[in-house]
Amino acid sequence: MEIHRYEKLWTAASLVIIVGFIATITYGTVVVGVAMVDDSGGTIDADSLNDHPEFGDPGVEATTTEDGEPAADAYVVARQYLFQPGTAEPITVPADTPVTFHVTSGDVTHGFSVVGTNVNTMVIPGQVAEITVEFSETGEYGLVCHEYCGAGHHDMAGSIEVVPRSEFFDDTEVNA
Amino acid sequence: MTFVDDYPDEARIVRYNLAVAFAALGIGGLFGMVQALHRTGVFRGVISSTDYYTLLTGHGVLLALVFTTFFLCALFTWGVTRSLGRGTVDYRFTQAWFWTMLAGSVLAAVAILGGLVAGIPTSADVLYTFYAPLQAHPLFYVGLALLVVGSWMAGLDWFRTYRAWRAENPDERIPLQTFMVLTTMLMWYLSSVGVAVEVLVFVLPWSLGLIPKVDPLLTRTLFWYFGHAVVYFWLLPAYFVWYTILPKLSGGRLFSDPLARVVFLLFLLLSTPVGFHHQYIDPGVPEGYKFLAMTNTMFLLLPSLLTAFTVVASMEHGARQRGGSGYLGWLRSLPWDSPAFVGATLAGLMFAAGGFSGMINAGMNINYLVHNTIWVPGHFHLTVGTAAALTFMAVTYWLFPQVSGKRLRHKSVALVQPYLWFLGMTLMSNAMHRAGLAGVPRRTAEPQYPDAGITFEGVVGGISEMRIQIAIGGTLLFVSLVLFLYVLVSTWLSSRTPTIDVSGALPDPLSGPSHSPAVLDNLRLWTAIAVLLVVLAYGVPLADMVMTDGLFGPGSVPFPE
Repeated sequence: MEIHRYEKLWTAASLVIIVGFIATITYGTVVVGVAMVDDSGGTIDADSLNDHPEFGDPGVEATTTEDGEPAADAYVVARQYLFQPGTAEPITVPADTPVTFHVTSGDVTHGFSVVGTNVNTMVIPGQVAEITVEFSETGEYGLVCHEYCGAGHHDMAGSIEVVPRSEFFDDTEVNA
Repeated sequence: MTFVDDYPDEARIVRYNLAVAFAALGIGGLFGMVQALHRTGVFRGVISSTDYYTLLTGHGVLLALVFTTFFLCALFTWGVTRSLGRGTVDYRFTQAWFWTMLAGSVLAAVAILGGLVAGIPTSADVLYTFYAPLQAHPLFYVGLALLVVGSWMAGLDWFRTYRAWRAENPDERIPLQTFMVLTTMLMWYLSSVGVAVEVLVFVLPWSLGLIPKVDPLLTRTLFWYFGHAVVYFWLLPAYFVWYTILPKLSGGRLFSDPLARVVFLLFLLLSTPVGFHHQYIDPGVPEGYKFLAMTNTMFLLLPSLLTAFTVVASMEHGARQRGGSGYLGWLRSLPWDSPAFVGATLAGLMFAAGGFSGMINAGMNINYLVHNTIWVPGHFHLTVGTAAALTFMAVTYWLFPQVSGKRLRHKSVALVQPYLWFLGMTLMSNAMHRAGLAGVPRRTAEPQYPDAGITFEGVVGGISEMRIQIAIGGTLLFVSLVLFLYVLVSTWLSSRTPTIDVSGALPDPLSGPSHSPAVLDNLRLWTAIAVLLVVLAYGVPLADMVMTDGLFGPGSVPFPE
């Protein structure tokens, strides 16, 4: 098969770009440690969230990491058309601390996107999305549902309040 | 002799398909402009924010599924007939697939638009991805199923015609246009199995009340098994035009026939085992499957990068045939006064831009930044919304005279139209991309959130400037669409002219099929490899989802109840 010299060069350059992209993403995953949302949250019965030990009364709890460092777990339920907590009251989390969001849905598929950050996950009924992040700046962050979820979708929003670490752990009992 | 005289039946079916395609484009495009004005807050007097989602569903279904599929059927029927030099084997069957697809499209459209009328009990406000447990009226799913089944029948029609040709020409290479049609349809059969199972096994019986619950994750995974390959079902007709027609419109010939075949085979192999890249941030899907889909997706860049080379090289060859010279000076010698050339070329240029934003979407970890933001529709309005749609409009300026025997009317309007589309899309798409980086979500009637007090901060430029660009861009696109329909309808309603000033004859490539190994034409082999890749990418994930908690669990009841 006859391939023109320029065609060969172009193909080689294309392959270099492709392999380069894969390398940078692998670097981000393996070295930087950007973990993708995955199946670690497990499954759940969307029709009986009220009976669930955590999602029955969702909110933020202080906890510790495997190394014994302070951390926080935020349990959030998304429903047409609010986040609980998040919409009626902000989700209050500590700065400079690993915060794990556990988000699930009591009805249809929603989105959980914290404006101005990389905190972004789908919220699928029957699945628990788990995502661990650290906020370095205190203040209020907007929270929006970014998946169409019904006629009131555009009203589904809320906020996350990032407070200084000392303030959070004074206010919240450590649930070790 | 023109195509319409040689093949009157095939020409008629091509015209019918074009009529449905462009009717869908007109309605869907109108919805698009209403949405652009509504979500930017420029004008909200047409619809309520609730009905916005009905229009958005109509926009997606009419443009991404109906317009594209009917146009593909028009183009491919013409291409198979022309390149094999024979009509379809059974014209009644040809009619059957057309009417099946049309019936399905009408049912789906009625189910959707019924949502706007208080007296009509149907509604399907589920957008074109119809994620369960949002539920549409059963007619919506029946309509979509008929559209897909009709497209399968069309593929069968072209395969039967090819086999009849093969019996008469046992030793010839498959003509390039037919090769492209057959590989595209093999890709389509392989990928549309996913959506067929989703609809026929799960959501349709569920919408009829035959099963109480479906698994939202499993059904959306089946959707995305199909949902990326469908992108290539839209794009490969544009590639077909860029490879086989655009070189001629440029005044030259295709650079390389073998490379074109390699590119279509790569799409057959790689279009389907990449679907998880639409689910990068889905819970319930292990990271390893996402990583595999990411590497496949990156390799899927290769055929598009190769296409960029071959198409530009063919155009340069054409320009030099027309007297062009210099490193870039040849660009001036291209026929910038030909509507078909201009439209197809500007579409190709925008596809390059869409390709770059696509590379970013494919980046698994950077997807957190853009997933479900308006960046994503900014991206696909460059690909399906321009690379495919503008190419389809442009080639119609060249094709319609051949299938009707009528000279194109209002050529000066036809020449302005692609430039206007390009301008409108430049405004709209760049603003959508930048707004997406600021976190503005897609698929929403009112991305302003006054009650929650949310502000989006643009990385480049301010949000209100982006809104204005989206509104102006969307309006210009609709004006361009109206100009196109004006030219087409005027031509359609005119009487036949003694001669037309275009010819369907296509020059031979510079490097012909005899330069490529015969194994490229072994479609059984390539299909087998494609199936193997799909089994590797999807076998374990799907088995996992089903084994964990059964076909229907964890289940969800329908909404609205």
